Amino acid sequence: MTTALPSSPQGHGHAHGEAEHENHSLTGFIIFLCSESVIFLAFFSGFALLKTSAINWLPAGVEGLEWRMPLLNTVVLVSSSGTIWLAEILKARGSLWGFRVLWLLTMALGAYFLYGQAVEWSGLSFGFTSGVFGGTFYLLTGFHGLHVATGVLLMTLMLIKSFIPGNYDRGEQGVQATSLFWHFVDVIWIILFVLIYVWQRH
Amino acid sequence: MTSATFPASEPQPSWTRYFSFNTDAKVIGIQYIVVSFFFFLIGGLLAMIIRGELITPEADLVDRTVYNGIYTMHGTIMLFLFIFPVLNGLNNLLIPTMIGAPDMAFPRLNAVAFWLVPIFGGLLIASFFVPGGPAYSGWWSYPPVSIQNPLGHLVSGQGLWLTAVALSGVSSIMGAVNFVTTIIRMRAPGMGLFRMPVFCWTALAAQSLQLIGLPALTGGAVMLLFDLVAGTSFYRPEGGGDPVLYQHFFWFYSHPAVYVIILPVFGVFSELFPVYSRKPLFGYVYVALASFIIVGLGLVVWVHHMFPSGVAQWMRNLFMVTTMLIAVPTGVKVFAWLGTLWRGKLRLTTPMLFCLGGLFNFVFAGITGIMLATVPVDIHVSNTYFVVGHFHYVIYGAAVMGVFAAIYHWFPKFIGRMPYEGLGKLHFLLTFVGANLNFLPMHPLGLMGMPRRVSSYDPEFAFWNVMASLGAFLLGVSIIPFLLNMVSSWVRGPKATHNPWNAIGLEWLLPSPPPEDNFGEHVPTVISRPYGYGTGEPLVENQEAIERALTLQEARA
Repeated sequence: MTTALPSSPQGHGHAHGEAEHENHSLTGFIIFLCSESVIFLAFFSGFALLKTSAINWLPAGVEGLEWRMPLLNTVVLVSSSGTIWLAEILKARGSLWGFRVLWLLTMALGAYFLYGQAVEWSGLSFGFTSGVFGGTFYLLTGFHGLHVATGVLLMTLMLIKSFIPGNYDRGEQGVQATSLFWHFVDVIWIILFVLIYVWQRH
Repeated sequence: MTSATFPASEPQPSWTRYFSFNTDAKVIGIQYIVVSFFFFLIGGLLAMIIRGELITPEADLVDRTVYNGIYTMHGTIMLFLFIFPVLNGLNNLLIPTMIGAPDMAFPRLNAVAFWLVPIFGGLLIASFFVPGGPAYSGWWSYPPVSIQNPLGHLVSGQGLWLTAVALSGVSSIMGAVNFVTTIIRMRAPGMGLFRMPVFCWTALAAQSLQLIGLPALTGGAVMLLFDLVAGTSFYRPEGGGDPVLYQHFFWFYSHPAVYVIILPVFGVFSELFPVYSRKPLFGYVYVALASFIIVGLGLVVWVHHMFPSGVAQWMRNLFMVTTMLIAVPTGVKVFAWLGTLWRGKLRLTTPMLFCLGGLFNFVFAGITGIMLATVPVDIHVSNTYFVVGHFHYVIYGAAVMGVFAAIYHWFPKFIGRMPYEGLGKLHFLLTFVGANLNFLPMHPLGLMGMPRRVSSYDPEFAFWNVMASLGAFLLGVSIIPFLLNMVSSWVRGPKATHNPWNAIGLEWLLPSPPPEDNFGEHVPTVISRPYGYGTGEPLVENQEAIERALTLQEARA
């Protein structure tokens, strides 16, 4: 299946179907992210609705959420958005090793975030089935954590790919897509942090 | 690109490709359509059982609990396993060929999205055989009914239902990402957005709705699944949850889902009326843009399904107004189709008959839709057969008839053979009469107060129910000439030329059936708007040469 659409910007360079499709992956990924954001939007609005209409929001014996450790986690995740941005800049300047170092740093910050989340979960006195408070807390943080884990996995794949010779010859959209995903996960966390930890009064 | 050369009629690839993980959008399109009709027969059989039960006032055919499972599965199968897959089949066949792309943007993702359909279909059908039977809470699956698990088994009909719906969502999102990317990125040179066929406009609009709406349903369904199997209380009032929250999630997607279904059918109408009236589409730009106005408004009408659910009065009023506003862009489209038909040289072929019948039914459904949008009327007829009648007019009367029109119209292009006109017209007659006989009596029944989802009723409702059941059996019979036509014309129908209907569009500048990569490297440059019927304006550069080459190739074969 050899195809070259004159309409696509890089269509003249190479004539193989697979490479042609590669050009659209970033577009497709952005469309997917827009769609994915609606799930979070649904969870957030559900959380707000349940919280504002609940009679007893906190389960018996729960005073509220500790916010210092999550704040540290927030700082870690936000700064990892900065490191991944720097990694992309370094890659664009041709410094492959600089890219790898900052990329690895981003991965480490992501992993630390997951560790912090796990520590927080293990110290809590309520569970997933402790009323709607426990349910929404674990649903939101768990679903976001799943995205952080996915992001770290994607970064691992991209790091491995960076060692394949000639891998970037036809342009590389995987790094861009992963970085975009990471910023997305970061923004979602900031909204989540405000909703769950800052907005505690009922 | 001075003279189009097509690979001289390559040998037909083996039919076994339809049973393989093939990445060609044309193969996937046919796979979608055939699989969807398999499930259509199952869903149709369930409908026959429902109408068989309702032909007498007593509950005498099936057990009441079984009846609950049957109507739940009828709705679920028809929506998630028939109408969405069949439309995705049309998208797969038409989008790449209409915009001159060799394939979809992500062919492998496309194949994965398709193969999920038989998988979740199998899961859903399997729920008939688990202890406790299939899900029985209606296709809405409202809590608290849907979070009961009286038998306590881990695998319950409701759990399988939720898993299947979640997988259906994953498959549809994959499809939507693919269709939108393809339309945005892979159009032929010269094909600006306002030179795109209306079917592609409506597909783009419908798939955008999928991308915005489906994640909300998926999120809501995940929470329902946790309530069912993990003991959380998102929708359980005793744990602080709210069952109405599920209704918001469900209808935020499931109302736009109706537009996901009807928009591509509007696209089919807009494609076919010009062909069989020999006139350009009246008001092309407005028809194209109206699709996106429907998308915008369609996202803010969902509460009209919840007028009796205890929502605030200001919300009822607001959503009543937005719902009625939808009639404006839809009215623009109906007006444009009538303007296209006006003083045209009408050719009453099978596809045209299905379009006209579909348009008639759609206008009727639109009128009852406006009635239902009004808060007092809606509260009065809520959960009665009036709603069922309205819905079936939209889905069967308009959407399914539009799908049949599309199948008869594009069958020659993608199969390479002509369907039989006589059988097609018989199919149309049985469908049109059957649908109206089946669904019209539901309106008086609803106004008289007959609730939906009951297997026995007061004898005063008997007359209209007998009529409806006769109509349903007629619809059941109407499938026979259709299947007969499809199978026999596929096997031994007369060979189709590249453009048997004298239609204008990139897909008609391809051989029938098109080669695997469509235009390959010879994508024509589009130089005018679509639907130039009677204007004599060519659609693409060197159109005459391309058509001459195609005719020559057909003469040689």
